[in-house]
Amino acid sequence: MAQVKERYVGQSVKRKEDAELITGQGRYTEDISIPGMLWMSVVRSPFANARIRSVDLSKARVMDGVVAAFSGKDLAGDWAAPMLMAWPVTEDIKNPPHWPLTQDIARYQGDGVAVVVAESRAAAADAAEAVEVDYEPLDPAVDMEAAIADGAPLVHEDIGTNKSYTWTLTNGDPDKVFADAPVVVKERYVIQRQIPNAIEPRAVLVQPSPAQGEFTMWSATQIPHIVRVAMTITTGIPESKLRIIAPKVGGGFGSKLQVYPEEALCLALAKRLGRAVKWVETRSENYLATHHGRDQIQEIEFAADEDGKIRGYRCRILTNMGAYLMIITPGTPLLGAFLYCGPYGGEAYHVEFTGVFTNTTPTDAYRGAGRPEATYAVERTMDALARRVGKDPVEIRRINFIPPFTEPTPSPGGLTLDSGNYAATLDRALELAGYEDLRKEQRARREQGTVKQIGIGFSTYLEMCGLAPSRVLSALRYAAGGWDAATVRLLPTGKVVVIVGTTPHGQSHVTTFAQIVADDLGVPVDDVEVLYGDTQLAPLGMDTYGSRSLAVGGVAVHRAAQKVVAKVRKIAAHELEVAEEDLEYEGGRFAVKGAPDRAKTVGELGFSAWTAHNLPDGLEPGVEETAVYDAQNFVFPYGAHICAVEVDTETGKVDVLKYVAVDDVGTIINPQVVDGQVVGGVVQGIAEALYEQAVYDENGQLLTSSMTNYEIPAAPDVPEIAVGRSETPSTTNELGVKGVGETGTIASPPAVVNAVIDALSPLGVTDIGRPMSPERVWRTIRDAKEGGAR
Amino acid sequence: MIPAAFEYERAESVDQAVQLLGEHEDAKLLAGGHSLLPLMRLRLARPSLLVDIDRLSDLEYVREAGDTIEIGALARMSDLATDQTLWKHCPLLAHVCGEVGDPQVRHRATIGGSVAHGDPASDPPTALLTLDAVLVVRGPSGERTVPAKSFFTSVFETDLGPQDVLTAVRVPKLASGTGWSYQKFHRRAIDWAIVGVAAVVERDDGHLKRAAVGLTNMGSTPLRASGVESALAGAEAAPQALAAAAEHAPEGTAPVSDTNASAEYRTELSKILVRRALEEALAR
Amino acid sequence: MLRHISLTVNGTRHDADVEPRQLLVYFIRETLGLTGTNVGCDTSTCGACTVLIDGRSVKSCTMLAVQADGRDITTIEGMARNGDLHPIQRAFHENHGLQCGYCTPGMIMAAASLIEENPQLSEESVRMGLEGNLCRCTGYQNIVKAILAAAEEIRSSARVSSR
Repeated sequence: MAQVKERYVGQSVKRKEDAELITGQGRYTEDISIPGMLWMSVVRSPFANARIRSVDLSKARVMDGVVAAFSGKDLAGDWAAPMLMAWPVTEDIKNPPHWPLTQDIARYQGDGVAVVVAESRAAAADAAEAVEVDYEPLDPAVDMEAAIADGAPLVHEDIGTNKSYTWTLTNGDPDKVFADAPVVVKERYVIQRQIPNAIEPRAVLVQPSPAQGEFTMWSATQIPHIVRVAMTITTGIPESKLRIIAPKVGGGFGSKLQVYPEEALCLALAKRLGRAVKWVETRSENYLATHHGRDQIQEIEFAADEDGKIRGYRCRILTNMGAYLMIITPGTPLLGAFLYCGPYGGEAYHVEFTGVFTNTTPTDAYRGAGRPEATYAVERTMDALARRVGKDPVEIRRINFIPPFTEPTPSPGGLTLDSGNYAATLDRALELAGYEDLRKEQRARREQGTVKQIGIGFSTYLEMCGLAPSRVLSALRYAAGGWDAATVRLLPTGKVVVIVGTTPHGQSHVTTFAQIVADDLGVPVDDVEVLYGDTQLAPLGMDTYGSRSLAVGGVAVHRAAQKVVAKVRKIAAHELEVAEEDLEYEGGRFAVKGAPDRAKTVGELGFSAWTAHNLPDGLEPGVEETAVYDAQNFVFPYGAHICAVEVDTETGKVDVLKYVAVDDVGTIINPQVVDGQVVGGVVQGIAEALYEQAVYDENGQLLTSSMTNYEIPAAPDVPEIAVGRSETPSTTNELGVKGVGETGTIASPPAVVNAVIDALSPLGVTDIGRPMSPERVWRTIRDAKEGGAR
Repeated sequence: MIPAAFEYERAESVDQAVQLLGEHEDAKLLAGGHSLLPLMRLRLARPSLLVDIDRLSDLEYVREAGDTIEIGALARMSDLATDQTLWKHCPLLAHVCGEVGDPQVRHRATIGGSVAHGDPASDPPTALLTLDAVLVVRGPSGERTVPAKSFFTSVFETDLGPQDVLTAVRVPKLASGTGWSYQKFHRRAIDWAIVGVAAVVERDDGHLKRAAVGLTNMGSTPLRASGVESALAGAEAAPQALAAAAEHAPEGTAPVSDTNASAEYRTELSKILVRRALEEALAR
Repeated sequence: MLRHISLTVNGTRHDADVEPRQLLVYFIRETLGLTGTNVGCDTSTCGACTVLIDGRSVKSCTMLAVQADGRDITTIEGMARNGDLHPIQRAFHENHGLQCGYCTPGMIMAAASLIEENPQLSEESVRMGLEGNLCRCTGYQNIVKAILAAAEEIRSSARVSSR
């Protein structure tokens, strides 16, 4: 085993995972084929709400290449239970059954009503078209506020309401604080629905081994371990007979943090037919059948002193569940429930969430999950408060920041924050943005009255990630734990294998985890292989979402490596004939104190452990250590983002001139990877502010039904992002790490919206809807000029 | 998705294509395929036969013919966007061809396909209408020419009959010193125009000698902004006159509302963009 | 009815009988087994399926396999030569121009065509040249950096070899 002196953590080690991806050798689920496999196609409801009178499969069944076709009723006996919903946020939550194929009523456009299985992809598509479903269209509930009004059509008749749950959290005495406060600002925001759009659509392949009763599923999923548990619950196939593999996965953003009907269907059909079954989602299907994100209506209030110092926070939120509760649909908004106070102080806090069923595609986690919504409400309201008390947006934030701390500190939302210096990131961002010059330019353009006006917007956010301490999850009624696991194995020839329970799909685990282990064991980073994404290989794991992989899984990796060090230390002491305490360990080498030449490397000791010729009494041969880490707290990244926009006041078109992101995500393992996550996240948030919205018409038809009119920005449509970093180690874990996968998406939307409002403030504009399409901006300007500004 | 099944024939000549189109009901011509194949993949179009003329390379040309430039129907957008002859004599059209789709699309998409598809949101038809182009069509009864102004009849509908093949586009050369502009307003670079405005102006002694203004996506076909053109006749080449003329942009238009823009917004945009197009054209 | 086609892919000649409705991308992926070329949409928008046809970038989801008869096609698998990565591939690695990697083959092929047509690329022209390729991970910034770096390398090696 080679020895290295340098440390890898903190360096921009080039990604080990790139080689196969830049040469086209990476294998995504669709790339995997099994001889003789069949293709599945799902027949989906074109209506948002319709009773299924009958399903006629006769034409489809006799078509060339068709092997089988089933309606929802035909498969009703194949299910041991409905699809799993794992987060019943209240005791009395309404959770109507969600079957892989609906049997009676189609409850959203895209709800599966039948499947066909054929010898080829084309034959399956042709046969799906030939299935004749007799629908009785019903009035749909589409708009969330209308859905909870009296007399609204019910998404699920039998539960008698479209309200799924109401969840509240109260700290302090908000009623008193609000009654006493001299200043109360109240705002209302609509967080539009979005479609996640991982560039790889979903895909599933199931290979049965009928004689053994075993099944291997490849799925484009973020959560193979959770899929396995959920599939056992839904199909009744014993968990021990199920192997789930997430091969290369082409992005997730939460949309693959899900257990989908198509996974259950491929499994059930492979079981019935005794043949491999494959399904690949088309993008059109993805827009209907892969969960959507966001979709809230928020009413938020701040109580403050006359000088703008905040005393309390109060928020009521309607949150759209769509037609069914999927894996964590009801809990997703609650991931923001503790953050409706941002990084600011105060003495009282109250939030209330009401989950609403509508005849739309189910919602669930989308990058940031609950936290972008909270951050948006808070950062917009901060600006509203600043206007109200006559302060500028920088000052209002400064006076309200929780002061710098390095020991755990409570927040008004009831969290115990790990570490923070909020003002420092704001200072750095102001410097990077050239704030004074931007204001100067803004003043000049205002004086000249130019068509293109400039605005500057802020977002000083705090988020919580690293899902999650299992006890906290239990208190929140989440059905699983939040730990994660890693195994570090020394191979006899000096190489190291690391097996992790998190499942990357772009986050660079293979490189960053190898950096951690290489430092711990003093070996070259290239000697460390990181394996993942297979329940057979990595039996313990809770997968990848909520910026948890490093803050939970990475800590498990580090602890497993430390266990390896502890074991080989015993062998070293034995071989060097000294006590363990007499050894010094550095850079992968155990040396006798005072006799540095008497030394053994981890690699040598690994070989000794393998031959087992001369081990200390009672020590087991081989070196393979597993650590399971359950954090005691979340981690809390934060930062300051500044956005400068140029608004064409004639057409309403907005261009981002400058964007600065200064984030503190704790200790940094790989700066290049961290910056990549930040930039990608910020751009996704800019897209949220300016471009993207899932639009339904009043009949529940998705109008933004393809990439041609759901506006995902491309390279020319987004700015370059200037990134600054600050590094305050987390006190939650020994690596000092936080999470970075979602910070950009959480922080950026309010920075952009605040900037546009700032640009238009001379017209009296104080609010604008999102996304800020040219037309929406144009209308806002027109209404303001006509004196209708609110 | 995969298109529904169809028959396929590769035509070796325009005449053979005309003949093949006549032999099948619901046959469609295929060239670059960038209008038709997307519709077929979503099964919104299901022709029984595709007659492929993609390889008729003798229809892939740009040449000068006296006062006009003639462009073969199969000339690719990417070639037209960089064609020196076209830039010299019809810069508006060269520019507009570079605004279509994205580089990959432009490598395949043809001028003929773009025109024959009759999409009112497409940019090249507006440019051709504004430039008073003439379209050359080969059908069962031989060749005919159709002025652009009578070619586009409705949404996705043109003067082309079921057996007609568009073979060329003839565009009058612009006199030297003619100003031009194309204002394409869209959200993303790849998007179709929410509204597009083409302008061609000739100036004479501080006044406008000639102005042609075309509108994209303001009705069921590309349109000429005739109200603007008449207001500009002989007008002063000054900001107020241009702005006043631009106010006539919505006359005779019937824009639609969709997820990107309402008809009302399109109407307002048309005025702003006409003004900007005229300003830019005069500055060129 | 099946149609016979004969084409060259990454320097190798292939003969096959294809259904007219087979899209070129599925011919490449499923008939030839070259699965590096990905499919991300069904509207010719995302660019994940971009390949070079006679040297020019094309979305292989929007071309029939029969239309590729006689053509010379390069896919991502054909970019590295004799085990050496193409400068664009190398630049994507060096500049962290990819995360999940799904859009990457299309991005690299689009970039190859872009550099071929205009070696004097600016940041703005690279961004415009990528208007037909969507990436959800990177925010494009490092992709743009990678392509500029590759263009520079290709330019300077052309200078060296022309001496």
